[in-house]
Amino acid sequence: MRELEYPFNSEYLLKKRRALRKSLLNQEGPWVEKRIAVLGGSTTHDVISMLELFLLNQGIRPQFYESEYGRFWQDAMFPDEELLSFRPDFIYIHTTSRNIRAFPEPGDSPERAQELLGQEFSYFRQMWESIGEKFGCPVIQNNFELPDVRLMGNREAFDLSGRVNFVTRLNEKLYEYARSHPGFYIQDILYLSACYGLDRWADPFYWHMYKYALCVPAIPELAFNLANILKSLLGKNKKALALNLDHTLWGGVVGDDGPEGLQMGPETSMGQVYAEFQSYLRQLKNLGVLLNVNSKNDMENALAGLNHPDCMLKPEDFIVIQANWENKDRNIQAIADTLHILPESMVFVDDNPAEREIVRNRFPGLAVPELDSPEQYGRMIDRSGFFEVTAFSEDDRKRNEMYRENVRRASLQASFDDYEDYLKSLEMKAVIRGFEPVLYDRITQLTNKSNQFNLTTRRYTRTEIEQAAASEQMIDLYGRLEDKFGDNGVVSVVIGNQEGDTVHILLWLMSCRVLKRGMEEAMMDRLAAICRERGDKRILGYYYPTAKNAMVKDFYQRMGFEKTEEDADGNTVWRLCPDHYENQNHVIKVVSEDDER
Amino acid sequence: MTRDEVYDRLNEIFREIFDDDSITVCDSTTSADIEGWDSLEHINLIVAVEEEFGFKFQMGQVVSMKDVGEMVDIILENGD
Repeated sequence: MRELEYPFNSEYLLKKRRALRKSLLNQEGPWVEKRIAVLGGSTTHDVISMLELFLLNQGIRPQFYESEYGRFWQDAMFPDEELLSFRPDFIYIHTTSRNIRAFPEPGDSPERAQELLGQEFSYFRQMWESIGEKFGCPVIQNNFELPDVRLMGNREAFDLSGRVNFVTRLNEKLYEYARSHPGFYIQDILYLSACYGLDRWADPFYWHMYKYALCVPAIPELAFNLANILKSLLGKNKKALALNLDHTLWGGVVGDDGPEGLQMGPETSMGQVYAEFQSYLRQLKNLGVLLNVNSKNDMENALAGLNHPDCMLKPEDFIVIQANWENKDRNIQAIADTLHILPESMVFVDDNPAEREIVRNRFPGLAVPELDSPEQYGRMIDRSGFFEVTAFSEDDRKRNEMYRENVRRASLQASFDDYEDYLKSLEMKAVIRGFEPVLYDRITQLTNKSNQFNLTTRRYTRTEIEQAAASEQMIDLYGRLEDKFGDNGVVSVVIGNQEGDTVHILLWLMSCRVLKRGMEEAMMDRLAAICRERGDKRILGYYYPTAKNAMVKDFYQRMGFEKTEEDADGNTVWRLCPDHYENQNHVIKVVSEDDER
Repeated sequence: MTRDEVYDRLNEIFREIFDDDSITVCDSTTSADIEGWDSLEHINLIVAVEEEFGFKFQMGQVVSMKDVGEMVDIILENGD
């Protein structure tokens, strides 16, 4: 819904939220259902109503638990039956610097300020630890906004007895905690309130009138930002950019002006604007966002522009370059097909409103930010929160490299007549083993973002992954694939649960970037071997159709299973006897626990 | 701006906030007359009125406001 995309009109959202909510709920699913407990130190009513709108707009249908006014600490320390039975998937703690119980007095000794800092921090830490024990779910805690008045004026910034200094140091302790506790996330309202303007954000009218810690018109900003964190944790971040060239990456038209006539680089002020945007995009690439070109240009001209000495993005920084005279929506589809991602995982960046409209109409869900003035491009993309980083793994760092290797594999494939010969030429090696602690984050991330090659689309929290790894009754396997072009990292995850002599496959997923490489066969061989070793007589596989996983509808049939059940919704159950299973992988050399004994 | 003009714009705000096109308010309307007009919804009403008429209420005015008629008095004095 356009009204809920950045930059939204906050007053409009607040006024129309009932009507908006109704029309969002009338949209077709599929919905991801999530339970969110909001524990507040101030009024949270509209925080929840706005958060609901932004989440619904992302396909997430939330249920909320809301603490009684100001009872965040009690709820976290001594949760009542209602909260316990609510079993939250996420807990959001919305506190404010007005919830800080004791500040130092001006002139207090450094020791006294330190003592108070320790007291205040442990008040919060106790609460997070209690949540960890009782719920084990991800926690989002906002940091503290700066106090709205400054007794000592500027001195407050550095004097250890100043409130501004106290809040700054307390925030730093929150960040230390976040760095050492996976599953604990900071919402940076210090930054949000600065962007919004602290005077308006912390307008005392709203505190004294309604006990809101921020002014009501700022609540949509807070909620949008929070929805971005949740969306990221649920694997709904965008994955790739499709970038126009002329008037988007540089000033001018390369076909008309020639590369030498383009505006980019340090010489002119407009050139600097484009250079700064290019540099922002290059940093996004280093975070694992896939860069692609979608431009109406001859390939030769597009490359000439990118090879301009002042261009900070070179042809090799992109995975797919579509420079031709096709319609842009067709090029988007071509990029998506090459990358094996869905068009809706992309952000289309183009200065031309007509092109944006075509792409927007063809692919609902694909993000198309409104760009008007080049100096605002970077901020526009930044504030939209498409790529909010909640976890940053080695895989993210290497993602662009991996996709580029894939493009090289595809060109190698073209030189073989026989597909198996091609697979053998890749010299693939896989590691298939039980979950290991260093990989828990990556495994959790995969369970939350894989949609296409995913038989049950079950989402797991990190705690559940740890539990699966620890349980004797569960079979947990990850697969990591490497070949002569490089390491693909962890690409497949399987979780099974044993009941009697039957193993139920609760989760089977694979990253689409290793599609048709024999990895699923190798995983199945390993699963069958483990089941035989444990004496299991039956493996049951389940396929639950979603809007996105049609590609694995016949997966179990392909793996040699027999269909035993099918209901009206297309949910199917499949059976395999491990004793009669013959290994299917002949192209990947596999290392597992067995080889190390 | 006449009192009637204020009411035209004010009715529109009430209808949007409470998502009910049948609402018509008058001087004597209070929160008891409109379903869903509780203290939390009151905040949104205040914010929407401020936005529509381009001024900010003082806390003292909000605290002492008894009915829609008093709100209209304040709007006529401060709004545009």
